[in-house]
Parts: sequence; structure tokens; C-alpha cells
Amino acid sequence: MRADGGAVLEVRDLVKHYPLTRGVLVRRQVGAVRAVDGVSFDLRRGETLGVVGESGCGKSTLARLLVNLERPTAGRILYKGEDITRLSGRALKAVRRNIQMVFQDPYTSLNPRMTVGDIIGEPFDIHPEAAPKGDRRRRVRELLEVVGLSPEHVNRYPHQFSGGQRQRIGIARGLALRPEIIVADEPVSALDVSVQAQVVNLLERLQDEFELSYVFIAHDLSVVRHISDRVAVMYLGRLVEAGTDAQIYDHPTHPYTQALLSAVPVPDPSVRTRRDRILLVGDVPSPANPPSGCRFRTRCWKARRRCAEVVPPLEVPEAFRESGGPAAHVSACHYAGERRVVPAGDVGDARDVRGAGDAGDVGD
Amino acid sequence: MSEPPYPPPNPEGPAPAGPLGSLGPVSPGDGGAARLASREAESLERPPGKPAEPAPPAPEKARSLWSDAWHDLRRNPVFLLSALVIAFLLLIAVWPGLVAGGNPLQCDLAKSQEGSQPGHPFGFDAQGCDVFTRTIHGARASITVGVCATAGAALLGSVLGGLAGYYGGWWDGLLSRLADVFFGIPIILGGLVFLSVVTGGSVWPVVGFIVLLGWPQISRIARGAVVAAKQHDYVHAARALGAGDRRLLLRHIAPNAVAPVIVVATIALGTYIALEATLSFIGVGLKPPTVSWGIDISNASNQIRNAPHMLLWPAGFLSVTVLAFIMLGDAVRDALDPKLR
Amino acid sequence: MSDALLEVRDLHVEFRTRDGVAKAVNGVSCSVDAGETLAVLGESGSGKSVTAQAVMGILDSPPGRVTGGQVLFRGQDLLTMGAEHRRRLRGDRLAMIFQDALSALNPVLTVGAQLAEMYEVHQGMTRRDARARAITLMDRVRIPAAKDRVGDYPHQFSGGMRQRIMIAMALALEPDLIIADEPTTALDVTVQAQVMDLLAELRREYDMGLVLITHDLGVVADVADRIAVMYAGRVVENAPVRDLYAAPAHPYTQGLLESVPRLDRKGKELHAIKGLPPSLVNIPPGCPFHPRCPRARDVCRTDRPPLFPVAPGRSSACHFWKETLDASRS
Repeated sequence: MRADGGAVLEVRDLVKHYPLTRGVLVRRQVGAVRAVDGVSFDLRRGETLGVVGESGCGKSTLARLLVNLERPTAGRILYKGEDITRLSGRALKAVRRNIQMVFQDPYTSLNPRMTVGDIIGEPFDIHPEAAPKGDRRRRVRELLEVVGLSPEHVNRYPHQFSGGQRQRIGIARGLALRPEIIVADEPVSALDVSVQAQVVNLLERLQDEFELSYVFIAHDLSVVRHISDRVAVMYLGRLVEAGTDAQIYDHPTHPYTQALLSAVPVPDPSVRTRRDRILLVGDVPSPANPPSGCRFRTRCWKARRRCAEVVPPLEVPEAFRESGGPAAHVSACHYAGERRVVPAGDVGDARDVRGAGDAGDVGD
Repeated sequence: MSEPPYPPPNPEGPAPAGPLGSLGPVSPGDGGAARLASREAESLERPPGKPAEPAPPAPEKARSLWSDAWHDLRRNPVFLLSALVIAFLLLIAVWPGLVAGGNPLQCDLAKSQEGSQPGHPFGFDAQGCDVFTRTIHGARASITVGVCATAGAALLGSVLGGLAGYYGGWWDGLLSRLADVFFGIPIILGGLVFLSVVTGGSVWPVVGFIVLLGWPQISRIARGAVVAAKQHDYVHAARALGAGDRRLLLRHIAPNAVAPVIVVATIALGTYIALEATLSFIGVGLKPPTVSWGIDISNASNQIRNAPHMLLWPAGFLSVTVLAFIMLGDAVRDALDPKLR
Repeated sequence: MSDALLEVRDLHVEFRTRDGVAKAVNGVSCSVDAGETLAVLGESGSGKSVTAQAVMGILDSPPGRVTGGQVLFRGQDLLTMGAEHRRRLRGDRLAMIFQDALSALNPVLTVGAQLAEMYEVHQGMTRRDARARAITLMDRVRIPAAKDRVGDYPHQFSGGMRQRIMIAMALALEPDLIIADEPTTALDVTVQAQVMDLLAELRREYDMGLVLITHDLGVVADVADRIAVMYAGRVVENAPVRDLYAAPAHPYTQGLLESVPRLDRKGKELHAIKGLPPSLVNIPPGCPFHPRCPRARDVCRTDRPPLFPVAPGRSSACHFWKETLDASRS
């Protein structure tokens, strides 16, 4: 494990609501999209925290909050003990040096009117103290080498590169100020499989070289497992389960995580017939009007009355508290129960290993 | 080179402002950077000058927007023709003497309304002035009004619209309503009222009036383009790096929002020239002794049965000029729109 | 003559671009039997979608142009038949499902009207009957409360529901063959699983042929019977799905399989294929994969490998397919 303990980023009860307004002249608020609604986690030094969830779960908003592109409605983000959500001006600019972002779309994240050299050199223009003027050209060329591009390419424009190469340019820009934390929002989902592997490998190598901490946000559960030390699962603005990659993938206890994992196609036709597929009914509810209590209850096969009335806290479920086994990790479900849904290697029998609630009907 | 590449960042947060501060140089020598690079670069190296070419379903991803546009324009006969016409018009606007040596105000009543004759290919008007000379000299007023009004409207409109699009909020709302008000003013009526108050008959009140009515159109376009451009991830990326508003606007947003403004402005230029002629025709625009196509058309309109050449030449030049600018705008728009390629 | 439902023989498609002629499809041959699911797997620019468009006759032309080959549907060549005849086959016997349902559906018509139109145009039904059939069809693809939603517009449906409507449109006339171009790529995993399941179930029920065009190795493993791997406009490997995943016979397929991170185990470094796919304007001579291939030798740079038969129903366009196969078996 790469993580070595201390938290570099502590997120506490982070909330972001986007007001919904009506009216042309007199605007009045008629509601709010609860994009992120009470998220807490720690990011440890040198680790990769994977955040998975489907579209609309608020994971991209979370990324933008972490790098201070948006101000939260409530909650705190502590970077080395200092709340960065209230900073402005010089202090904010200083923090930005240490928390950088890699974007999803390699085609819109680079300014088409700037050369690669200007793009990677821009961090030094904004933070002139980071590198003396005479040294910048050399730095830019080195950064290009670091991400595996030829330094000869510094005068080219972004469109002269393929998607994977452009993503490398974006990574070089994020790396320029030598941040401690990189928030990557779906950094490989726009890339082809073979190129995706190159970029994932690059990110892993850079982490080792420069002792980076990653928040790796993605919808692809396989990539997240590959790169992450710990994984957090998001649903409708909240974390529903979090733990190490083995805890989440091999011993999930939240029904949503189980459904999500069971739906991922595995590139192995031999497990096709003996997989435990949980097919959820319906779609994700609107974040403007989320269900009461547990947000997953409208699609959950375990849902009972209590789920509509009491919000399940994100803590280690009582049933597993004593055991201390891999199932003992935080899970926001009243009826958390372990269920193995990812076929493990060759022994792919899926069954309820242990359960605090009943498995019941599994949807259609 | 023994120092490690990229030592851990200063745990106290931002580095002191001194040169290099806590940041050691990246060593390209034996460090990881070079090892990484050699491993990765071999797989990525392409012969220089041969950019990666994506699949045919997205061929517009090649070259920059501008070089692409220029590449297209050079092959576009519509563009070449209109550019040629405009070049000629600019020439006669600046140096009318090159083409027509005479004085447009030197008239001989004896030759009133006479037709074409050697040395006077377009004939004479009611005052006995040489129509050819007047037409050539009239270009200056028309082009001045067109170019200055366009420049003014584009500048005012793109600054106001751009700021409204960037900052949003109440300023945006106010500006949009204000633009709506100006849109609602009927041009001819507005011209009659405004220009009959301002006397003088020179080109500047006309230019001012057109700018006043023209900026809302540009500002709408500029606002939309800025709103679209500011949502791109590269703008977010620059903000995440700590870039200020000025840098964001000038370096990231403006260069990517300027194309539609240019296109609308070139098309507007043609219509502004026509508008000047219209205002002069109804007698509130330019007034003699200024020489302008609008004035000549106005004077000739009563005599159309007796001496059609008086009308046809200036009107023909006006039409060709307007057409040339609109065609140019069209060609530029098509060239700048990747979807049309 | 085989009795394949659809047989593509040596298909060539070119696009004219500013940089020259892009050879998007260079001699693709494959076939689908009735009741079979063929997956066409490839990365972007491999020519998989262009092949589908050429088969359906919906290629954007210009700039696209079919420059050679045959597309035999039940033995009739679609490329040489009259436009009217072909148009009638389309929708009736051959149907297509697109990736982006929102842009494939008309935003100003209700989904009921769009479904009913199929019956009105192709089968001359009355409006009332067609509407009733539309509701049945929406029930069939499990859209909840179909009766109430038949008058809704496409944007009022969620992504998954819209994809169901696309499937309903494709199924309306009970075609013999459906071509699905990345049908679930735009959907979330849980919804993707629902839609893929539905598609597979309906395919069984109607005993249709299904051509599934995708880049997702997981989806292929889940539903396909046979798989054709495309690279730079050619089929490089063609095999029953289990055989291919067990032991690929082409280095590209092998690299692709190794570069996918796995859900069921935490791997070490991913085996990335080095380099980039070639420009279609300038495809390398010989085997188009040779610049990226770990097995490339001199012959690969000069001779284009044909599809060598590897086993019954299995072929690979690699000079060294035997070594590749042996290596991947061990």
C-alpha cells in the first residue's frame, strides 16, 4: 500500500446546492439541486482515493469543490488543517498550487489557441515565484518528457495530438506546480482501451515519483479498482459505502454497491452464466427532489419502512462491528449484508455470505 | 545529477517567492523523469511534421481553426471574388484620384443629363457633373461609414456583451433589456428623429447613429460566444491554477469567442453601407457637398425616366459593394464553422 | 454459397478529407447467421461504425464512398440493388439502433407518433391501430405505464428509457437483422445492464441476427456468440467469443485483452499497447499493426497478412498467428 498514514485533505459534511429559480425580473428560489449533500472523507498522503458513481451522483461537483472551482453551500475542506473553502485572493492562489485537477475531456480541456508550451508554461506565468523566468522553457520541456511526450512538440497546437497525448499534456499542466494532490475527474473515460492503459500507467508512475495523492473520480469500476487504494461509492450526492478496494469489491455490504458491481460486464465469457446479476428497476431519482430517508430506497430490493423514515448513517454496520473482517467497513444501509457479486477469478459462485437483512426479490 | 527529481513539496504550503524556493529542479539525467520519458516516448514518437490524424468521422479536428479557415478560403471562389471587389473599393476610397482624375464638384450645367461620351463613360447628372467621377469619389463616404460604424459597433458591442456574458448577474440582465430596447427602435424612424436633431451632414453623426443602433446585435453574439467559451474545461483549468479574470478573459475566452463576432461584423458592414445610402436618400444622412452614393441615388430618383444612367451607376456600385461584404462574411462564416466542412 | 443472413465480402469505404483519401474500411469480410450475435469490436477509427453505415446504406456521401465489395443480405447484394428496393428492406428486414437515442429520435414528435409511423408507412395501418401497436411495443420493451407515456416527447424520457424506445423502433417490424452501434455506451452501468439484457432477450425471442458494434470487451463477453476484431479498417481476428477470450490468435487482440483493468482482481501495471492507431490517410504497408506489434518481423512490414484459417469458424490476420496462439495458451 502506498499510503503512509496522515491525512492531507479532510472533507467534512460538504454540501453543494444549486438553487432552482423561477421568474424573469423577480427571481425566487423554488428549490435546489442537491448535487453534493453531506460528504465526508479523508485523503491520506500518497494514496489514491477512488470515487465511483453513476452520472448525476455529484462526483464531478465534488471534484470542482475540492479544487475550489465552486464554493460549497456548507461544510469544510481542510488542507493540512486549514479550511480552504473560505480563502480568497493570495491565500487561495497559494493553496491552488498544491491541489490541481486533471479533466475528463481531452478535447475541451486545452485551449485550442495556445501552443503546448504555452499551456504547460501557463502555471509559471500565474505563479511566477514557482520558477525563475529563464528557467521556464527548460521546465516545460522536462514536463513534456515526464509525461512521455517529445520536448520537440512544444510549439505544436493541441489539435495536432491524439486524445491520449492531449490527456498527457493536461497531466503535465497539472503537474507543473508540483502539487501534492491531484483531483482527476474521469481522466481516462474518453480514451480508447489501449490508450487508456497507457495513461493509467502514467498516472501510477507519476504518483510514485512525485508522492502525489490522487482523488480519482470515475464511473468505470474496473479502472477505479486498478488504481485505487481506497474506494468511496456515491449515490445521489452522498457516500453510501467506503473502504479499501478489497473491502468494496470483494465484500460489498451496501445494496447499491452490490448492484453496481454486479452490472459491470466482465471481459470473460466463461463467467457469463454463473454471475449473480442484480438488475435494478427504474432510473436514478432527480437530485432536485431526492427520496426521504435512504436515497437508494426507491430502487432497493431490501427497502422497508424504516428506510423511508431514517437516514442511514455512514458507519460500520452493527452486524459486522464485532467481526473485524473485511465486511467491517462503513456502509450507509440499515440492512447491510455482505453479498459477493464480483466473480473471483475462477471460483465464481455468487451467494449471500452473511446478511443482516434478507436478500428478497432481486428486481426484474 | 544526484538530487532526486521533484522532491516532496514544501509542507508549509506555498513556497517562498525566492528563485526556485523549495522546488528542486527536475533532473533530466538519471532520475525517474528520463526513465519514464524514454519508456513512454518511444511509443509516442511520431515523425515531426506529421500530426496524428484522427478517424474520418471527425476530420475537423485537424489544424487550427484559423489556418483551416484560411486554407478553405483560399480555394473559395466566392471569397476570392468578394475580396477582389473589396480591395478595389478600398483603393478608390483612399485614392479616388487614381481612377477618376476629375473633381466631383466641378460641374457643367450645359451637359446636364447627357449620356455616355468619350472620357465620361457614365455620362452626366442633372447638375452636369460627371457621374463616373462622382461614383468613384462617393465610395469614400460609403466605405468610411461602413468601416467606422462596424468598428465602433463591434468594439462597443463585444466589450459590453463580453463582460455581460463573463460576469452575468444583474449587469447581464440590465444590458440584455437595454439591447432589447435598442432592437425595438425602427431604423428609419430613429434615423429621421436622431439625425434631424444633429445637423452638419458629415459622415460622423451617421456613423454615431449606426453604432448606436448596431451594437446590440454584436453584443448579443459576443455575449453568447463568451458564455459558451467560458464553460470549456480549459477555462476551468486556468482558474484552478489561480488565473485572474483578466488572464481568463484576454487569454482564454476572447480568442475563442472572437470568430462569431468577426463574422457578424463583416455581414453587418454591408448592411451599414446600405443603411447610409438609405438615410442619405431620405435626406437625413449625408448632405451635399459630401459626395455619396446615397445622395446621388436620391437626386437621380426623380429623373429615372429621362436619364436612367444617373441612377444605375451609383446604385449598381452600392449593390455590388453590399453584396461583396455580405458574401465575404458568408464565406468567412462557413470557413470558421467546422460543421459545414 | 453459404446460407448466412448477412454476408459482407471485401468491403471498401473511403472518405475524402483535406489531408487526402482516408481508407476507413479496407476489405472487411464477415457474416452473421440468423439467430446469431456477432460483436464487431474495435477502437475509435477502426472502421466499425463506418462498416455498419455502409451495410445499412446510410453512409454520409459525400465525403464517404463505398469503393468495392459486396453486402449480401439473404444472398441479394444490397450495394447493387435499386434505391427504392433497398429503402423498403431498411426498417422492414434490417434495422439499426444508434448510440445517441436523443439525437436519433425526432424531438418534435411524440414517441407514440414515431413508433406508429413505422406501421403506417410500412404496413399501411390506420392511425388508431398503429397507435395501439405502438403501446404494445412500448410494453414489450418494458417502459412502465406505456399507455400514459405514449404521448410524451423524447426529452421527457431518461437515457435508458430512450434507448428502449430506440429498440422498440428497431423491433417494430420484426426485422431479421438488427445492427446496434454502441447501444449502451452513453448509459450508466446499471442502466446498461438493463438495456443489454432486454436486447439479448428480445433477440432470442424474435430469433433475429444481431450485429453489436462496440469497444467494450466486457459487453462483448456478456452477450456475443462470435466476435470480429477490427483494426485500421480490417478484420484482424474472427472467432467464437469463448475461444477468443481464452486464447487470442492476433497480437492486437491479445494486447487489447491485456490492457483492460479487471474488476475481479487488482492487477499490477497494465499491459498497454505501445503507440497509437495509424492515420487512415496513411496506413502502414504490410500488416497495419506492425509498428505497434511486439512480434513484428520483416515480413510484417512488407506483406499484408490475409485472414489465415486458425480453426473451423476462426481466422486471424497475422503471419505469426500460430506463435501468438501458442503464447497466449501457455
